[in-house]
Amino acid sequence: MTGRQIITDAQNTWCPGCGNFSIQHTLKNILMEMEQEGKSLDDVVLVSGIGCHAKMADYLNINSFYALHGRAIPVATGIKLGNPRLTVICCSGDGDSYAEGLDHLIFAAKRNIDITVIIHNNRVYGLTTGQYTPTSPLGFKGKSTPSGTAEYPFNPLELMLASGATYVARGYTKKMDLLKKLIMDGIAHKGFAFLDVLQICATFFPAADYYTPRVYELSDHDPTSFESACLKSREWDYNSDARIALGTFFTRSLPCFNDRMALHEIEAEDRKQAVREILLTRK
Amino acid sequence: MKDVSVLIGGKAGDGINSAGALVAQLLNHLGYDIYLYFDYPSLIRGGHNFAIIRGSERSIGSCWNHLDFILALNSETIERHKDRYTPETAIIFNADQVKSAGVGIPVKAILAAENAPEIMGNSAIIGGFAKAAGIEWDVVKTVFAASLQKGADLNLKVAKRAYDLGEKIHPVSTGTKPPRPLFTGNEAIGIGMVKGGLEAYVSYPMTPSSTLLHFLAGHQEKFGITVVHPENEIAVILMALGFAYAGKRSGVGTSGGGFCLMTEGLSLAGMAELPLVLVVSQRTGPSTGLPTYTGQSELQFILHAGQGEYPRLIVAPGDAQQALFWSEIAINMAWKFQIPAFILSDKTLSEGTYTINPSAVPDVQRGDSPGWAGTVPYLRYADVPSGTSPLAVPGMKDAVIKVNSYAHDEAGITSEEAGVIEQMTNKRLRKLEWLTAEMQGYPGVILSGNPESSTALLCWGSTMGVCNEIATLLGLRVIQPILLSPFPHVQIKNALTGVTNLIAVEENATAQLATLAGQYGIIPDKRILRYDGRPFLPDDLLLKIKEVTV
Repeated sequence: MTGRQIITDAQNTWCPGCGNFSIQHTLKNILMEMEQEGKSLDDVVLVSGIGCHAKMADYLNINSFYALHGRAIPVATGIKLGNPRLTVICCSGDGDSYAEGLDHLIFAAKRNIDITVIIHNNRVYGLTTGQYTPTSPLGFKGKSTPSGTAEYPFNPLELMLASGATYVARGYTKKMDLLKKLIMDGIAHKGFAFLDVLQICATFFPAADYYTPRVYELSDHDPTSFESACLKSREWDYNSDARIALGTFFTRSLPCFNDRMALHEIEAEDRKQAVREILLTRK
Repeated sequence: MKDVSVLIGGKAGDGINSAGALVAQLLNHLGYDIYLYFDYPSLIRGGHNFAIIRGSERSIGSCWNHLDFILALNSETIERHKDRYTPETAIIFNADQVKSAGVGIPVKAILAAENAPEIMGNSAIIGGFAKAAGIEWDVVKTVFAASLQKGADLNLKVAKRAYDLGEKIHPVSTGTKPPRPLFTGNEAIGIGMVKGGLEAYVSYPMTPSSTLLHFLAGHQEKFGITVVHPENEIAVILMALGFAYAGKRSGVGTSGGGFCLMTEGLSLAGMAELPLVLVVSQRTGPSTGLPTYTGQSELQFILHAGQGEYPRLIVAPGDAQQALFWSEIAINMAWKFQIPAFILSDKTLSEGTYTINPSAVPDVQRGDSPGWAGTVPYLRYADVPSGTSPLAVPGMKDAVIKVNSYAHDEAGITSEEAGVIEQMTNKRLRKLEWLTAEMQGYPGVILSGNPESSTALLCWGSTMGVCNEIATLLGLRVIQPILLSPFPHVQIKNALTGVTNLIAVEENATAQLATLAGQYGIIPDKRILRYDGRPFLPDDLLLKIKEVTV
């Protein structure tokens, strides 16, 4: 389909000022550009988890698998293994992939499956109306932690570097040009692309006033150096007050899981023959 | 002797399973039907392992208590199975390890004479057995050459020395049938799924399903499938659903504990209407239970697993032959109706070895969902009369394929409209009516034994073997529903005509099939239950049936 309407008619129910609008707009522009460059959107699949971010599946008029909370990544992995020609983009939340489905995120990085994972990291549960997530700062007062959380956030970039991700980046919903570039680089990257997007939750964690003066774009940084990437990722630990770098922290080229695990497709007649042969053995 | 039972026992790590497989092949080549039961504790080294290999002129799926031959690699084997001896039982033993009456094989000396490694010691015992059973040396040669991947010649030399030293004790008469293939239940399930077009198998290891994973992984290039072992069972089922969305026929395998983790994915398959085959091989529960022992306690769990209401197919084959046939049916029904389809097995079937007769397996027609005619916009959940919407997969031109775990409209867009919710629920449930009608065309209820008998045994899964054994002896009827969902109550009622005494025989503590049948007004008069992890022996079942029928 060319010139397709990229946004569906589904009623949009994000709060006014929600950072998800920026990500949706960015994805829409990327999809339109892909199509203009001759890529068929029939070959693109969006997989989402459950949460505010996941409504993207209803709003973008492309193939989509609106999965379960925390389970977008194994679905995306299965789709890519099932048909490696597809471009698989996975939208997931911080509650989704840093809490409920953290195991899948780590293993996807470990496997270097060729998918792009965009974490809509608003550092709060929005759809369940305001509880802390794994990246909420220490002392965050949510509905399940009225006296403040008693645990530190973890640093998803550091975690992904340790897990073997071959593309690690951080974006911000109020820096949309950079966000677009990072997502496009992630899609173009052959291998597991991880993108943590600092996203404003207008209702439960409106952190723009915190982020905007602290963010800066990475320059003079060698993203091919794992050591530099680790150092840079530790500059801000999602808790203490520090400058917040945006951009590509790390990238390297490694063989992909889907290439190594390629489906051993054979003709139906050869399969029948294989079954006949095995039924002749064991006697 | 037209029915022969052989036990081979030793420590875990002694290669009892592969030695048992060789004994099974020897009996196969004598013209017998085979059943091999393998008993082992959940450890790698040191515990007591044994295999019982039975050959019979009839199709079998159980082992009597008494033994004709004991092959003892250690003293424990002699001690532990004393209640199975008869005055005629021939004992062939490793003379280096065991002091006993019978035929002692000087294993160490034989290995030294042939300069053979210790692992070939079992071949000496098997050589001694072949002689004791009066098996022609040519048969031993043929079996070793066909069954051993490497070292057949040296193994044969070792076996020959023992064969020449030994004596003929119990000549086993030769049957009439040519050798036929021997497969475990899990292998038969795997082959059946491949026949049904399996393209991807995703599984996390869990006894007693793991040998299916190993079998398919070992044959993935030959069969043209992808085999993935992910981080846990949650990932297993979600990956398999990803394959299904991409248009690839996928299957998963596990046991009860792993299936617990899959239930949210199962419910997703129900809501998103994605085809999927699930092999659940039961072991003794609850929880970790007895990992390497059998049970039939997951029927009610699988009938109800996963939140919400949606159709599912459940089949429970009773032996490898049925497993081969019904696994192919299961995957085709999954794709024809876009539903989850279960192949319910248990340890006895999954890890037991059976004779199969491939030419007697009926052809199964390929099942496919209706195809998409290309009308834009594509509606993934088009509300068609059959409930099964035309299927398109990503990559098809102009199809925007939206599947959704939320309640959704025909296009797959999330909806909370009351009318839409009711409409789509009805659509999904209509598939059950069509599935029920479709399954009329398959032999979902097996009636065997004496069809005139007023006493019938009601059984499912691997207990079919032992029930048939006793029914033949006592002249009883056997009713075995292989199809468990949608439940074939009409066929069962037909099979019950003239029955005044219905006895449920199950390997669980609460009679789960009897409970299910009871919902359709089929109330067993008696229940014979075993739930200690071991399969029924014909001896025990015979006594219990006599108790409840006097």
